[in-house]
Amino acid sequence: MKHDDPFRIARKQSHVGRYVLISGVMGWFVLLILFPVFSIVKEAFSDGFPVFFRTLTESSALKPFGLTLWITVGTIIINTVFGTILAITLVKHEFHGKLFIEGLVDLPFAVSPVVAGFMFIILFGPNGWIGKWFEAEGIKIVYAFPGMLLATLFVTLPFVAREIIPVLKEFGLQQEESAYVLGASKWQTFWKVTLPSVKWGLAYGMTLTIARSIGEFGAVLVVSGSIINKTQTATLLIHQEFTDFNYVGAFSAAIVLAFTSFFILTIMQRVYKRKGES
Amino acid sequence: MGILINNISKKFGDFVAVDNVTFNVNSGELVALLGPSGSGKSTILRIIAGLETPNRGEIYLTGRDVTSMATQKRNVGFVFQHYALFKHMTAEKNISFGLEIQKQKKDYIQRKVNELIDLVKLKGYEKHYPDQLSGGQRQRVALARALATEPKVLLLDEPFGALDAKVRDNLAQWLRDFHDQLHITSIFVTHDQEEAIKIADKIVVINRGRVEQEGTAREVYEHPRTKFVASFIGQVNVLDAISRDNQLFIKDTEFRIENRGKHTIPEGDVVLLVRPEDIEIFPESQTLAVPASINRAHYRGNHYEIDCEIGRTFLRTVENKNRFLRYHWKRGQKIFLSFKSFRTFMAEEGHKKIHEKLKELGYIE
Repeated sequence: MKHDDPFRIARKQSHVGRYVLISGVMGWFVLLILFPVFSIVKEAFSDGFPVFFRTLTESSALKPFGLTLWITVGTIIINTVFGTILAITLVKHEFHGKLFIEGLVDLPFAVSPVVAGFMFIILFGPNGWIGKWFEAEGIKIVYAFPGMLLATLFVTLPFVAREIIPVLKEFGLQQEESAYVLGASKWQTFWKVTLPSVKWGLAYGMTLTIARSIGEFGAVLVVSGSIINKTQTATLLIHQEFTDFNYVGAFSAAIVLAFTSFFILTIMQRVYKRKGES
Repeated sequence: MGILINNISKKFGDFVAVDNVTFNVNSGELVALLGPSGSGKSTILRIIAGLETPNRGEIYLTGRDVTSMATQKRNVGFVFQHYALFKHMTAEKNISFGLEIQKQKKDYIQRKVNELIDLVKLKGYEKHYPDQLSGGQRQRVALARALATEPKVLLLDEPFGALDAKVRDNLAQWLRDFHDQLHITSIFVTHDQEEAIKIADKIVVINRGRVEQEGTAREVYEHPRTKFVASFIGQVNVLDAISRDNQLFIKDTEFRIENRGKHTIPEGDVVLLVRPEDIEIFPESQTLAVPASINRAHYRGNHYEIDCEIGRTFLRTVENKNRFLRYHWKRGQKIFLSFKSFRTFMAEEGHKKIHEKLKELGYIE
């Protein structure tokens, strides 16, 4: 009987294909993700845990992490508010130039962060079109916190808006109209009906924004000038330590960033699941 | 005084969605706005609720001019076609939404919600989210939500449109009973003439943004004032005929139908509209019966539909099961048709147009 089974050979072949496929994927993951992570951990702890810990708690390391934190906090607040307003405006209102704006929302995805950084230097630098006005008032934008925040805002601009726009589109108008008929004002409707409906999309957009703000390198490097102890974020610190051959310092900081990313990734996946359910 | 719609017009760009519509709904009545899709009936409903602003005309709700009043202030209940329940809220929270907005006392809200849950028979489903409820249950939550703030007027947009036939039928009857209990002035929009006939006190037939006719189901069905109404409400056969000496001759034949109506029919080309159930089939010749032949018989469960042919004209008739079995109607059989009642319209009144409309609605091929 067995020999008559015409699918037997095909099945056997598909088994072979399965193993090839799975081991291929595994190998690729090990090569691209596990090995690098392992090597960085090994390097960071090469002088033992006390050295790792001391390196991280030095003020020269704490300051950049603090800066990264503040940039991230600022970015998340501003971009959540602005991204929500942007999405609502694009979905609910018809106006001239809407298509133009809609296309422009994705620009930060397409433009290299380094190029973005240079755009801000040209605009906000001491001799820039806008920068010279601030310079006259004694306010520094480029090579200072405001410029770094602006650059991070730019590269993370699409995340929140892009995540909410499809949810809002699907959400449609009727639930809001229901609320109006029931006596709710536009403001009440926004807080009680619209926002709760897009909350998981919003949360996903926010986690993406956080992840990107923490990891941003190119744009911030250009705009900040990477001034040690002043305008260095965590990623810039890692770069600095690495070029100074201080591998323990570089990799210790890198591990902290890597674990933060891992943590955010976990949150992100949970949020993503909820977003899919709602 | 219930609802008065006075000379309402609404344009979307160049498209006239509502064209000078006037009608009224008496206090406590249940009225159907009946028309094909795209006829502007939903727009009228939205104008009454304040979700659209009319270009012209006024709306009076319980005697007050509300034309320029915001939706929020009109105190109307609105049930949307796809219910538009708040997805992130339980049935209970959906129902209490309007009361929370009004900042009513907690115990009042709780009492009111319980009352409504009982009324729409959703006990045990208070904590369910909309996507855990069936279509019919969602529909009832939407209704309870609309009623919570005790609106003076209830508006329902295709209330049963998204439900399957059986549920639809039950719920329609339930809505009628429900309305008889509450007597809240209500308008519902539908494209289903059977539904309108079954539950409405009055039907307002809408076509191309205009009111074609308003009246009770019987008035609209038995005495359609326009060709559109005749063809849209119920099934209808369209025959070309020639009127001569107060007699009607079916076109391309010598067959004669006597005008039994009180009015004389003007001479010339006319269009004859006959409902299938107004045609009686006989196996033998009768006075004033027209010879015809059976083309096909369709089984329809509790009755049969029979396609007949007079000369080159096709007609549809209905026959109840018992008569059908008694006479053994067969394909190709010679029969005689007697027209119990029919209406005529002059052909030049846009004969072509009505043909197009009927084709569009699928009554003729």
